[in-house]
Amino acid sequence: MRSTGHDQAKKKDIWQKLHIDLPLLVGILCLMILGLFVVYSAGGQNADLVVRQGIRLGIALVVMFFVAQIPPRYYLKWAVPMFVVGLGMLVAVLLVGTMGKGAQRWLNLGFMQFQPSEVMKLIVPITVAWFISQHDLPAKLGNILIAFILVLIPTLLIAKQPDLGTSLLIASSGLFVIFLAGASWKLIGTCVGLASAFTPVFWMFLMKDYQKQRVLTFLNPEQDPLGSGYHIIQSKIAIGSGGLNGKGWLQGTQSQLEFLPERHTDFIFAVFSEEFGLVGVSLLLITYLAIVMRGLWIAVNAQQAFAKLLAGSITLTFFVYVFVNIGMVSGLLPVVGVPLPLVSYGGTSMVTLMAGFGMLMAIGTHRRFIAQ
Amino acid sequence: MAPIKRVSIRNHTAEANLFARRTFIAFIGVVVMLLILFSNVYNLEVNSFEKYQTRSNSNRIKLLPVAPNRGQIYDRNGVLLAENKPIYSLEVIPEQVEDLDTTIAEVSDLLGISKEKQEKFFKATKGKRRFKPLELHSRLSDQQVALFSVNQHKYPGLFIDARLKRYYPFGDLTTHNLGYVARINRKDANKLEEQGKTENYAATREIGKLGLERYYEDILHGTIGHQEVEINNQGRIIRTLDFTPPTPGKDLTLTLDIELQMIAKRALSGKRGAVVAIDPRDGGVLAMYSNPSYDGNLFVHGISSKNYKKLLSSKDLPLINRTVQGYPPASTIKPFIALTGLDKGVITKESKVYDPGFFQIPKVEKKYKDMRKGGHGWISLTRAVEKSCNVYFYNLAYKLGIDNISDMMDKFGFGEYTGIDIHEESRGILPSVGWKRARFNQPWYTGETISVGIGQSYWTVTPLQLAQATSILVNKGEVKTPHMLKATSQTTYVQADDKNIVKVQAQPYEIEEHPPIQLTEQSNWQIVLDAMHSTVQKQGATGHNAFKGHQYDAAGKTGSAQVARLAKDEKYDASKIQENKRDNAMFISFAPFDKPEIVVAVAIENVAQGGGATNAAPVARQIMDQYFGNRVIKSEYSSTMHPVHNEHFSESASHTGAH
Repeated sequence: MRSTGHDQAKKKDIWQKLHIDLPLLVGILCLMILGLFVVYSAGGQNADLVVRQGIRLGIALVVMFFVAQIPPRYYLKWAVPMFVVGLGMLVAVLLVGTMGKGAQRWLNLGFMQFQPSEVMKLIVPITVAWFISQHDLPAKLGNILIAFILVLIPTLLIAKQPDLGTSLLIASSGLFVIFLAGASWKLIGTCVGLASAFTPVFWMFLMKDYQKQRVLTFLNPEQDPLGSGYHIIQSKIAIGSGGLNGKGWLQGTQSQLEFLPERHTDFIFAVFSEEFGLVGVSLLLITYLAIVMRGLWIAVNAQQAFAKLLAGSITLTFFVYVFVNIGMVSGLLPVVGVPLPLVSYGGTSMVTLMAGFGMLMAIGTHRRFIAQ
Repeated sequence: MAPIKRVSIRNHTAEANLFARRTFIAFIGVVVMLLILFSNVYNLEVNSFEKYQTRSNSNRIKLLPVAPNRGQIYDRNGVLLAENKPIYSLEVIPEQVEDLDTTIAEVSDLLGISKEKQEKFFKATKGKRRFKPLELHSRLSDQQVALFSVNQHKYPGLFIDARLKRYYPFGDLTTHNLGYVARINRKDANKLEEQGKTENYAATREIGKLGLERYYEDILHGTIGHQEVEINNQGRIIRTLDFTPPTPGKDLTLTLDIELQMIAKRALSGKRGAVVAIDPRDGGVLAMYSNPSYDGNLFVHGISSKNYKKLLSSKDLPLINRTVQGYPPASTIKPFIALTGLDKGVITKESKVYDPGFFQIPKVEKKYKDMRKGGHGWISLTRAVEKSCNVYFYNLAYKLGIDNISDMMDKFGFGEYTGIDIHEESRGILPSVGWKRARFNQPWYTGETISVGIGQSYWTVTPLQLAQATSILVNKGEVKTPHMLKATSQTTYVQADDKNIVKVQAQPYEIEEHPPIQLTEQSNWQIVLDAMHSTVQKQGATGHNAFKGHQYDAAGKTGSAQVARLAKDEKYDASKIQENKRDNAMFISFAPFDKPEIVVAVAIENVAQGGGATNAAPVARQIMDQYFGNRVIKSEYSSTMHPVHNEHFSESASHTGAH
């Protein structure tokens, strides 16, 4: 007994030295492996697609590993310069960025294409957490207002590209920090009230036509079943026809016969539900919940306010991905380009996401060094 | 380093507690939102499962209708008259072709497809449904099919589609009998809808428009089959889930003899006219040909407006089926008038009438002239038929009165549909007091009865009616509806070791029997038949010349119908009169005399010279020659043939309307 206890402790030490949080890693790997199977089915049983996704996942894991090695205190040092550079790049994107899919999101660096909004997903919570942790918690109203502005600027710049999904994620990552920092309920109530009041203005002046169309389609998809409502109708048919146990892996007619659009990317949840049913969906949701719980556990146990705020924000933002994607695919939310994290086929956001998990692991494993 | 200092004096426990509370609230939020997601998916996958399963299936499963093969049509000897021939067309799915312009240009070069067709194709590509094949070329020749098949691998997205199309190998020879099929138009579709047949025609492109194709549409069409297939989002068939084969339409075997039909065409060539030959034993039509005719195949592919205009504007009116078109019967009606006279006791076989060359209604000045100047003198019934003596029949008609005549003629089917199995029949006109009242709202005049006696006045009868009436005559009153259908048969495919085609269930046509015509004296039939017999057999009788040397003991009656009314004392001279006002030539006949097997009626319009004896009777003779071949049937005349009368008959010598 003692020896096994000792072995376990030893094992724990190895992971500790590697700055890997094992429960988190297990959760992540479960989703990744599941994702490979679903991508194979959704991609018309194309092995190439699975290999490419595998390589991408490998790269993301390596990125996570390296980020995990950086002690969180370094973030503090680099927060302000990174934020400033990030804002500069967002402005540059709007001025000289390259177009893709009707939006201006990319910066051509000569040797590679670079998407500044992705990096901002991490820089914004770091910066806001840094700013708020400069002062005692709960944060004072003045500081909260400044924090709001720090969130608002990149959010608006990204919304202008336009990239509604990313700006939504960035806004929530900053707002989570403010919430966790103890913003008063009165203030939160006021903000929600203001936001509701602002909605008509937002609709009339800031949203592009295609974004409005998405919302209208969401409200009544049957209105245009062959046009813009097609995605959501086919997706709901796929999910609904899955039933309790699903049609079986590779047996989903909606996906295999290509009635479902964006099968291996944004709408992969529909493929999964069709083939694995409510049972599969339940297990998937539990896995996501486990990851969120582990992330929040790391946050609560972090020693520093900055680390707590950042870890909490990263975890909750990860959940926003899950909620928005599943909500959109199952018809609860309008269609917004957000992938199902760790499962959807696709690159850039995966790397950012894993870098976030790297930070979470760093916060979880470096705390003892801080304590020492 | 001010920030670090500030951190050191913070209340860490209070901050940690605040953070833990907020984190807990966030966690509750996460759980609530997960429950929302779960309940939404639960609602979709459990509560609405059946609805979405149905929609998923209707997405992927399509029920494709499969058209049944149309029944084929054969003549009485098994010669194929209407078949289904594969037609090959070159189809293109533009979405599957990489470079459409170059591909179409290359293929057109290869197969020799015209610029117009290419342009038409490109026009059609605009605004069509995605992934729906478009026709680049219809009706490829065998050579084109072979050429393309060899090169097909170079042209993805192009393929050859084979379809069955109706084909009538004898062309215009059978059009007035078979009719034709053509594309279902809006009117047909509405009619199908009314009859509740729309579903059965879901995969059918053509429908019988005329003739037997139209009359027996239901029998020929068959029952639709279904193919249940799984399709993808582009409508491409992935696999077949279930197949219910269609039931092919029944084949028709006709009573028609295509060889007799050919003889009829040859005999009528260059003339406008019609021939109807019926087997009096069962009413089966042996030949029924209207000249000129037209090729029904033109309509199967959709006739061009140029060709259609040509048919419509032709002064020979090829679209009209003359076998069922009304003509004045002229003297061919005389045997039937004679029978009426015998039946009513107005005349007997022996009673004679004096013919001074004209007939006058008592106390009326007007003279109804005979064609023979000076008349025939005292003349009996038999001779009156043989020589087609008008005065005899003027007298007879006058004595009978219009009611007696129209009553009897009605029994022979004049003025009524015969009930033959095509819908194009006309009724003709049987003049009667009632008819004239209904038609003109005028009373009947005795003078009109006189003309009715020689088949003029308002009379019109169709060649088919003439043949049918003659058939009733030779059957001594038995009425059998004329028909072209002999039998239907269902071809059934029975799968044994290989595909075995087994033809089963031949169903013979049910002969329609009607109540027979009852005469007061049954022997009267024979008197009239005898008179028709001698009309052909006796030298010097009107029908004799045309049948000189025949060996199957024929009988008949000639007729020449006046088309234009002549002024008083005007002489008829065919060469001096407008072509379309010249006389029509008529002839009815049957053979062999004792046990008739064939009845032939002939009508020829506007003959240049002569009348029924010289124009129509030779046509009937050719038909009968073909029918009997080398058969020799003994005749009571063949051994004791001697000239009885030396008078010379000339039908056009003196013209008063009919003879």
